[in-house]
Amino acid sequence: MQARVWGCRGSVAAPGPETVKYGGNTSCVEVRLSSGQVLVLDAGTGMRPLGVELTANGCPEIHILLSHLHLDHLQGLGFFRPLFDPNLEIHIWGPPSPVQPLSERIAMYLSPPLFPVHLDDVPAHLTFHDATEDVVAIGSATMRSGSVLHQGPTVGYRIEEDGLSLAYVPDHEPSLGPSLATSEPEWMSGYDIARGADVLFHDAQYRDHEYRDHVGWGHSALADTVQFASKAGVENLVLFHHDPYHTDAELETLLTEARQIWPWADDQICLASEGMTIALDGAGVRLAFG
Amino acid sequence: MNQGDKAVGGKSLQLILARELASNLATPMFLIDARGMLVFYNDAAALLIGKPFAELGEIPAEEFGAVLDMKTPDGGPLRRRDTPAGIAFFERRPAHTTLAARGYDGVQRLVHNTAYPLFGTSDEMHGVVSVFWQVAAAQDDA
Repeated sequence: MQARVWGCRGSVAAPGPETVKYGGNTSCVEVRLSSGQVLVLDAGTGMRPLGVELTANGCPEIHILLSHLHLDHLQGLGFFRPLFDPNLEIHIWGPPSPVQPLSERIAMYLSPPLFPVHLDDVPAHLTFHDATEDVVAIGSATMRSGSVLHQGPTVGYRIEEDGLSLAYVPDHEPSLGPSLATSEPEWMSGYDIARGADVLFHDAQYRDHEYRDHVGWGHSALADTVQFASKAGVENLVLFHHDPYHTDAELETLLTEARQIWPWADDQICLASEGMTIALDGAGVRLAFG
Repeated sequence: MNQGDKAVGGKSLQLILARELASNLATPMFLIDARGMLVFYNDAAALLIGKPFAELGEIPAEEFGAVLDMKTPDGGPLRRRDTPAGIAFFERRPAHTTLAARGYDGVQRLVHNTAYPLFGTSDEMHGVVSVFWQVAAAQDDA
């Protein structure tokens, strides 16, 4: 499989000269399976240019995997061109709710007055699925989800193909659970999704001193991200969901701080950036920055 | 697209949050997972049980129930599946009763016990929370 980052900013899009290197679009990661299907991790504003490419080059089957329904993970959906192709079948996965189906919750945004088109009226054939812990086979890969600590129902996803795994936990505050330093790994929120992953995209919104003023906001302090990933035995950590107030220079300071506490090699931890690709195949894991 | 087995490994978020709540309570609280394993009790519960959880570790709830030797308040037999935790686990509904239980210290205590199942957002059961309140002074009949 091959992953490509189309948006890695958290909370709200942050375009401008100070964010041009890592990008200002909100969460969206394309995962193209070797069997041709495309999995789209979250529908942030990065989804718009992804939709342009998918429309131009075609795709037999699209699965949109929503981690949760906060706007920075949903706002791009209405601007995703494949949604307006009547010949396309699109599957949308998201965290279950005991009170309202996924389609109705998404339609709260994709309907007037917040959006001119109602979700029921988009031309593509949409099928909605609750994301559960069940393992689902999609083409050459399997996918499963697991609830993680964040505000409101939120899941992380794990995709496996040919013995390699990619985990995606973009919004996560594991330190609200048992102590990351002292508890057994199996008691960490998100452990089941991240355990031994070849690549983990994980929330790294705050530097440690910033986190003190944001406890309970649903995001990670850098030290918690590093501790979570290392206890989960992750091979490569991609710092994701960049704070909208962090400039490119500040993000690079954050990466330097992360490498000081990351127990493995420097090239096994990096900042997500728009355009970066990660190939996971028989040759191993290879990162390239666009 | 085919659906198959669930992954097995880490604890569910519902259990993690319940354990974190228990860890911060002065009320004795026990956690049983969906497989029927006792996976945690807090320090307040350790005072009732006579042994810290770290010393005991995870054990089948059935085995743990046998140790507690639970009885009705007047000393009559009480099947484990008729205890609040048993009802919550097998019948998937909350239950409350008063019962007598013995700890690892050999002391029998009269306790109020409430248990309820933990359901996730898609209605799947993640385990049982069982809470105890001691209602009478300890009677050492060892």
